[in-house]
Amino acid sequence: MNHGKYPFILSFLAIPVALYVWLVIIPFAQAFQISFTDWSGSTSEFNYIGFDNYVNLFKDEQLVMPAIRHTAIILVVLPLVTIVLGLFFAFMLNVGGKSRQGRISGVAGARFHKVVYFFPQVLSVAIIGILFQQVYAPETFGGLLTSTLSAVGLPAPPNGFLADKNFVLLSVISVLVWSAVGFYLVFFSSAMASIPQDLYEAAILDGASRIQTFFKITLPLLWESVQTAWIYLSIIALDVFVLVYIMTPERGGPDGASEVVGGVIWKYAFNHGEQAFASALGVVLFFAALSLAVIALRVGRRERIEY
Amino acid sequence: MAQDIADNRDTAAKKTPRPARSKRDSPESGFFVNLLSHSFLWLWGIMVIVPVVWIVISSFKTPREIATDPLGLPAVPQIQNYLNAWTNGNIGQYFLNTFQVMAFSITGTMLLGAMVAYVIARYEFPGNRLLYFFFAGGMMFPVFLALFPLFKTLENVGLLNTKTGLALVYIAYSLPFTVFFLTAFFRTLPHSIAEAAMIDGAGHYRLFFQVMLPMARPGLVAITIFNIIGQWNQFLLPLVLMSRNPDDAMISQGLANLAMRQGYEGDPGALFAGTVLAMIPVFIAYVIFQRQIQAGLTAGAVK
Repeated sequence: MNHGKYPFILSFLAIPVALYVWLVIIPFAQAFQISFTDWSGSTSEFNYIGFDNYVNLFKDEQLVMPAIRHTAIILVVLPLVTIVLGLFFAFMLNVGGKSRQGRISGVAGARFHKVVYFFPQVLSVAIIGILFQQVYAPETFGGLLTSTLSAVGLPAPPNGFLADKNFVLLSVISVLVWSAVGFYLVFFSSAMASIPQDLYEAAILDGASRIQTFFKITLPLLWESVQTAWIYLSIIALDVFVLVYIMTPERGGPDGASEVVGGVIWKYAFNHGEQAFASALGVVLFFAALSLAVIALRVGRRERIEY
Repeated sequence: MAQDIADNRDTAAKKTPRPARSKRDSPESGFFVNLLSHSFLWLWGIMVIVPVVWIVISSFKTPREIATDPLGLPAVPQIQNYLNAWTNGNIGQYFLNTFQVMAFSITGTMLLGAMVAYVIARYEFPGNRLLYFFFAGGMMFPVFLALFPLFKTLENVGLLNTKTGLALVYIAYSLPFTVFFLTAFFRTLPHSIAEAAMIDGAGHYRLFFQVMLPMARPGLVAITIFNIIGQWNQFLLPLVLMSRNPDDAMISQGLANLAMRQGYEGDPGALFAGTVLAMIPVFIAYVIFQRQIQAGLTAGAVK
């Protein structure tokens, strides 16, 4: 059984490990290293300047600080709204239907809803960005939302939602929620499917209402899935950039009103030629993601319910 | 008096036959909650469908109709938009580029990912756990952080702005999740079959390719779907690593360029048609494999 084991293991690991080290590990390690230099990225000269980049990050009121604030807003709103909607829809579609002789079922048309809701998940973020750029466009450019609003006699921002400082961030977050809800609906559905039916049947016999069933049975038993979803959505929230890049004016505008951390890293690295500064911000982002995951796992730890 | 009796009879009739259901479906609270939640379910469905249908309808309009009558139907369907998108808009070329890169990167991802996962899951050797965390840990890295060093790395070896370079990067960045997922999957496969094959004289390589890979098929299918959708939707990596020649763009990147150019050239019809063209393969695949795609993508997240 063990004959030729080590040559075999080595032959299987050599190429993937080499590729992974070369293209993932070393670039990340270099980014950490670069963050302690004053490297612009264009020349080969640089000096080590310690934590100066990190200190300067928090003095940049033009790009970095607004971006951190906006990312923080997304970090709170996106997981919260997506999870609440995802749980609500999953509950409706799996156990929200009328009970026939105590049997649990979803509402009518549950399968259809699942198919439709999930669809945005397979669309590329570029397509979603182009789609919603047009939905939010000003009425004179034929925007769907603006035209609909004025067709029913409601006011719409004259230059469209994306050119309006008050709406642009909200518009981006709405698109993120729009595209993510279906995934979490299906995600929570599969977790709900493993909850034994008799728990619900017993609750209904005892006269529990739908809302009570949800808070007393479904939610506690789904807690681990909610926690996982929270971590995933937090990482998505920290990485938001492509939608902002495609949809918003000046890739973070108007007037920096939709600037996000990912976008600022991009701008410093590839437009402003301040590679070291960009790397420092990237390192901050990395530790933010790491601590969020750790916190989510610690705080969310509850007694595991066996069933 | 008669009214009272009628009321009593009414409530009695409601209570006696199905005491268990009376609270759950009581008309006062139940009806309102029901109506509200059902309306909301349908509202969300409409919110998903309408923008997609609207862009399909708009793709058949003239630019003038798009601007002046956004909610109406096209007077004459403009098939020309699609021809413009395919040729002037270069959508055909972008499709081809994406297929070329992905044919290489998906094969590479699955083969290399399965090899690593298999070794980690089924063989004892020093550093086994460490190797697992080494790969799985990659899931935590924000890709922004590595973009510039990656750009320099590829530039140094002459792979910047090449399809080979991009495909290698896709493989490397798909490995963490693929290894993470497949390791769990290979662990669940029964040991007895492997032992039987070994006794029958199969070597380590034959065991992997002829016994373990076929057995791992459900897991391989799920993670292949995950990787295809992920790489098809990739935007950031091609934006940085394939930026020199616009004709080399991947489909998402090409569409985004079209959207940005549209500002001056003003052919929204072609842009919409291009967007619809890019949606069609995904849509068809989704309609056919909807169950597997949902299962594959969410199983990827749960494990």
